[in-house]
Amino acid sequence: MNIFKISSQNLYRNKLTTLLNIILVAFGVGILTILFLAASQIGDKLEKNAKDIDLVVGAKGSPLQLIMSSIYHIDFPTGNIPAADAYRLMKNPMVKRAVPLALGDNYNGYRIVGTDSTFTGLYGLSLQSGNFWKKDLEVTIGNTVALTAKLHIGDTFFGAHGLTGNSDIHKQHAYVVKGILKPQGNITDNLILTNIGSVYKMHEAPEEEHEHSATESKEINNKQITSILIQYRSPMSVIVFPRMVNQSTNMQAASPAMESARLFSLIGVGVDTLKWFAVLIMGIAALSIFISLYNAMKERKYDLAVMRCLGASKFKLFLLVLLDGLLVTAIGTCLGLLIGHASLELIGSYQESSQARLSGMLIVPQELYLIATGFFTGVLASVIPALQIYKVDIADTLTKAR
Amino acid sequence: MINITSLAHIYEQGRRIAFPDWEIADMEHWLLLGASGSGKSTLLNIIAGLLKPSQGQVFIHDTNLYTLPARRMDQFRGKNIGIVFQRPHLIQSLNVLDNLELAAVMAGVPIDSEHNLALLNDLGIADKAQNYPAQLSQGQLQRVSVARALVNKPDLLIADEPTSSLDDVNAAQVTEMLTTQARANGASLVIATHDQRVCKYITKTYLL
Repeated sequence: MNIFKISSQNLYRNKLTTLLNIILVAFGVGILTILFLAASQIGDKLEKNAKDIDLVVGAKGSPLQLIMSSIYHIDFPTGNIPAADAYRLMKNPMVKRAVPLALGDNYNGYRIVGTDSTFTGLYGLSLQSGNFWKKDLEVTIGNTVALTAKLHIGDTFFGAHGLTGNSDIHKQHAYVVKGILKPQGNITDNLILTNIGSVYKMHEAPEEEHEHSATESKEINNKQITSILIQYRSPMSVIVFPRMVNQSTNMQAASPAMESARLFSLIGVGVDTLKWFAVLIMGIAALSIFISLYNAMKERKYDLAVMRCLGASKFKLFLLVLLDGLLVTAIGTCLGLLIGHASLELIGSYQESSQARLSGMLIVPQELYLIATGFFTGVLASVIPALQIYKVDIADTLTKAR
Repeated sequence: MINITSLAHIYEQGRRIAFPDWEIADMEHWLLLGASGSGKSTLLNIIAGLLKPSQGQVFIHDTNLYTLPARRMDQFRGKNIGIVFQRPHLIQSLNVLDNLELAAVMAGVPIDSEHNLALLNDLGIADKAQNYPAQLSQGQLQRVSVARALVNKPDLLIADEPTSSLDDVNAAQVTEMLTTQARANGASLVIATHDQRVCKYITKTYLL
């Protein structure tokens, strides 16, 4: 028997009110949890994957789409660029490192990326087992790919045309798994890496497909690639190089930093709205707790007078009423955090693109703020009802019949 | 052991009641008689340490009650004075046993479960220990409130109109309980009442 039990029994007695208040708090905290978790993960993914990449050069189109497809491997590529033009650009003195990418195929939704050894340098890739790809049709796969597709070294598989789905399988050539990467914590976990030659080989015209192959073989004869990831030699190039690409070539240059910022400003409005909505719910929760505690004081004042009579100090009873509010918000906050994590995990499991999948299985430091907010809400809502204690006249309350 | 001297109280409306001096020795039983509005409850509240008198002193065991600081006063009341009100005033959300334990917790003394169960046993409500107040009858509730007043083995047991809402049988039982329990616990007893049914149990009277 302690003040904690008195408080919890009292809350249990007013089950419905308590439940409503807990749900309100949980709902507010839940939404905020989802927001914090999602925002930090998206921000993290954007930052990690775009690390060390100063510019992406690809076919003209939406710069955001170019960034999305070449760095985050989410959207479709904007098109192809002539390999000759690309290689000319890669030799530019302002470029420190240039990584060519050839996209277009997938295996079970994991994108097959044709590139060269500079790619491993750019992302600082290291092997868990096996080797990097050397010859055509050899692949090195990301850790997640190996785990979920259950591919081992020496296994072979067929790539499918397109970036999702496996309806149009390139049956004429099989890839051989030569190596598996260590978990990198970025997009490369979800990629299948090979050389550009393999991608060309896949799209060489087989005898059977007449119409389809006609256009594609032309594509290959002209040797095209999808995009180039570029790292500058000096920061000075930031201004000159993109302008040079956009004006003097038939390609476009897009800066990941700028496009990420633009993307964030686009979704930022929605995030802000949700955030204020959650804050509003928390406010309503505080008000609801306040009203229920305040109303209950009319009835509870007898209980509290009895407790005073039995020897409890005013301060002890002040804490008791405060504890009522705090218990509700504490339970609500815990429940809200749980709901937030669980629903984000659920959202993640329904997401199609494995590259941008959100997880509820991690904790962000902002959750400490949420716990503090819950605590603050509890104190805020119950401090005024609790202060009533100091006004209760015990003798008067207990002598007068109810 | 209990001494009130030159006590007077002025109500908010300005009415003044002066109380005759009173000395209650250890283990004595007293009736506090008087018509309604004569200040019985006021005097009880003053003795119980719930209401600060306008004038005069209350001594319990040589402790000048109203010179104690508020916190010490609450503690003193919890440990030394057991109060039975006209209405039982039990905490509805706690069961009977928890209501008894509450008295110990609030007074800051260790919980003595054996003593609590013995009290319930003596008062004939041991089987109701796990019940909630809403499940008990008026008479049973009043017994629980008597038991609660005795939890901390007080030196003084005060009852304010304990029988006014009870029928003859229950009134007799409760009065008998109060006297026997006060005796068993070695406590002084003061019952304020205008109920004739109580009078035959106690001889010493203090008239207002």
